[in-house]
Amino acid sequence: MEGKLVLNFKELAERYEKEKEMFTRGHRLCAGCGAPIALRHMFMAAYPDNVVVSNATGCVEVSTTLYPYTSWRVPYIHTAFENAAATISGVEAMYKSLKRQGKINKDIKFIAVGGDGGTYDIGFQALSGAMERRHNILFVCYNNEAYMNTGIQRSSATPFGASTTTAPAGKKVPGKLQHRKDLTAIIAEHKPDYVAQASINNPRDFMTKVRKALDKNGPSFINVLAPCPRGWQHPSELTVEMAQIAVDACIWPLYEVDEGYHWKVNYIPKEKRPVKDWLEKQGRFKHLFSPKYEGLIEEIQKYVDREWEILLKKAEVFA
Amino acid sequence: MQKFDAFTGNLAVATAMKQINPDVCAAYPITPSTEIMMIFADFVSNGEVNTELVTVESEHSAMSACIGASLAGGRVMTATSSAGLAYMWELLSVASGLRCPIVMTCVNRALSAPLNIHCDHSDAMGARDTGWIQIFSENAQEAYDNVIQAIRIAEHKDVKLPVMVCVDGFIISHSYEKMQYMEDKEVRDFVGEFKPYKSLLNVEKPETFGAMVLPNYYMEFKRQVREGMERARQVILEVGEEFSQRFGRYYSNFENYMLDDADFVFVVMNSAAGTVKHVVKNLREKGIKAGVLKPRVFRPFPFKEIADTLKNSKIICVLDRAETFGAEGGPLYLEIKSALQTIESNPTVINRIFGLGQRDFLPYHVENVFKEMRNYLDSGNIKMFDYVNLRD
Ligand SMILES: Cc1ncc(C[n+]2csc(CCOP(=O)(O)OP(=O)(O)O)c2C)c(N)n1
Ligand code: SF4
Ligand SMILES: [Mg+2]
Repeated sequence: MEGKLVLNFKELAERYEKEKEMFTRGHRLCAGCGAPIALRHMFMAAYPDNVVVSNATGCVEVSTTLYPYTSWRVPYIHTAFENAAATISGVEAMYKSLKRQGKINKDIKFIAVGGDGGTYDIGFQALSGAMERRHNILFVCYNNEAYMNTGIQRSSATPFGASTTTAPAGKKVPGKLQHRKDLTAIIAEHKPDYVAQASINNPRDFMTKVRKALDKNGPSFINVLAPCPRGWQHPSELTVEMAQIAVDACIWPLYEVDEGYHWKVNYIPKEKRPVKDWLEKQGRFKHLFSPKYEGLIEEIQKYVDREWEILLKKAEVFA
Repeated sequence: MQKFDAFTGNLAVATAMKQINPDVCAAYPITPSTEIMMIFADFVSNGEVNTELVTVESEHSAMSACIGASLAGGRVMTATSSAGLAYMWELLSVASGLRCPIVMTCVNRALSAPLNIHCDHSDAMGARDTGWIQIFSENAQEAYDNVIQAIRIAEHKDVKLPVMVCVDGFIISHSYEKMQYMEDKEVRDFVGEFKPYKSLLNVEKPETFGAMVLPNYYMEFKRQVREGMERARQVILEVGEEFSQRFGRYYSNFENYMLDDADFVFVVMNSAAGTVKHVVKNLREKGIKAGVLKPRVFRPFPFKEIADTLKNSKIICVLDRAETFGAEGGPLYLEIKSALQTIESNPTVINRIFGLGQRDFLPYHVENVFKEMRNYLDSGNIKMFDYVNLRD
């Protein structure tokens, strides 16, 4: 099984280029946006399967479907913000029904794409329901750690200490006061066929995960870190590096949970970088370096260390 | 061959759904519509339908799944009430805007607060401007017949809009009455095969549904919904005509009960129309020219035909089972008033709100309103707006 799933990245990219892009250029996402990087890799891994996409409202949706243009060369549906999982549930249900009745015979994969707001927060219920009902779908969350489309508001995916427009750093408050929700683990506890955390800095890992997910016959979920230069306030050419440092500092570990029970950490950095390396490159954490908020960086470091330890333990116990 | 049997409104709707045999249904419980999907789930479990039943975790997801399923190219149905419809509200205009011919039964129930599980029309009236065709049903028979016709109306190539079939909670949904029903085959022949005009499953010809549309194109999309709604006027009549020819029960935009020479007119929808007709029949026996206009189709509202029918009456009482706080009167009243603007004559129109949260509405309440109306013709005085059967 494992052998079949390891992808020949180069071959795949070449083959995909030759055929056609499922997610085309010309969209209006910002320069340096992490989301379209994730989407292109997602489609490379899905190739040559037939794919139907359901997309939640958010940066990706508004920037790729500006009527009369579209970046999507696959059937695509957007209905609202909080319901990408419910919408794709309906599409998949119709597919099942028509297939059972012999009215359709192609094989089709169903993918929902949502931002962190449309996944962790307002879309949480619909996602949980779709996972529990065990639809044969893959939900991909491109996680930029805030509501970017509406102007960088905090979400439950926003890390502690980040300044956002609804939890701004001020004289008394150092940005967001809560650590983020561990959504990947929460979805893993729904015991879908496959769950993974990935990051745009490691396309091979992400694409392997997408392929694994699509080869299952049940629900799967991938949470892919996709930095946002606007919201994180880093130069647009540092997007991939931001993702890289998050992974190397174990702020965003790459791991998977297969068949509901097998936890595996996919990448263990040889040398764990300090969280400071990540924080200092982003304007949203700038205030943490002022004397007023001394000690918070250590607190973040402690939190990240503890979460990482727990993850390693889980992977050890539930291999 | 049609047969008679005892049906509740919910059983009637579930039976129609079984005979229609939709490809996908979404189900989420809410009193008093829950039972429809419970009965239907039995049909699914016993293999009597081909339906994929999606037991969603909310009504918001129910309508989302219905839209996804509909655009995936098949027949889709669901049912809800009150808070469930309110929770779906965001998606109602998505369903019409994306031209999904979904058929949903709304078993009418009051809105909170205070919490009340009983009948009124506040739920459906809150959705009246969302681009859904709305058809009201006086009894189980009409609910059954309307659901079947709704499929043909929604899926008609000139319409392509969702249809809401409204049935009074408890009064109809949970009461048994004698009803005539068709054989499965007759219903399936009548509704025909679903013909998708576009499908998300058409991977060879991918299309983007639900794009982001800026001010430069948005209004044209909304005009198209209006045009579909306008064309539905004719389609509803044609489908009603064909239905009556095949099955012997006549359906139009509204029912005209002893209206032709009526001086005193009551306008009322759904189950309460039965009560009012009973009173009007008694008045007629006493030689009083009274009549009832029972709108069946609320959207698109048959304003021209209704105005034409009402033009010679002297006083009209519009009975609303829903509030429109801050407006001149209830939602049906506003429609009737505005319809009458299209004609020369100008009968007096009064508004009475009744039966909110299923407050009793009995023949003597109608008789009391009638006395006020008769008194008006002598004295010229009447309250334009009032409640029926309300404590002081
Ligand atoms: C019901 C509802 N509430 C709020 C909004 C406004 N809204 C649109 S996109 C968005 C933020 C999306 O955030 P996220 O899901 O993280 O995606 P991103 O924009 O960051 O890519 C919000 C709040 C909406 N469209 N619908
Ligand atoms: S605001 Fe951020 S997430 Fe949105 S398009 Fe720009 S870079 Fe991408
Ligand atoms: Mg976001």
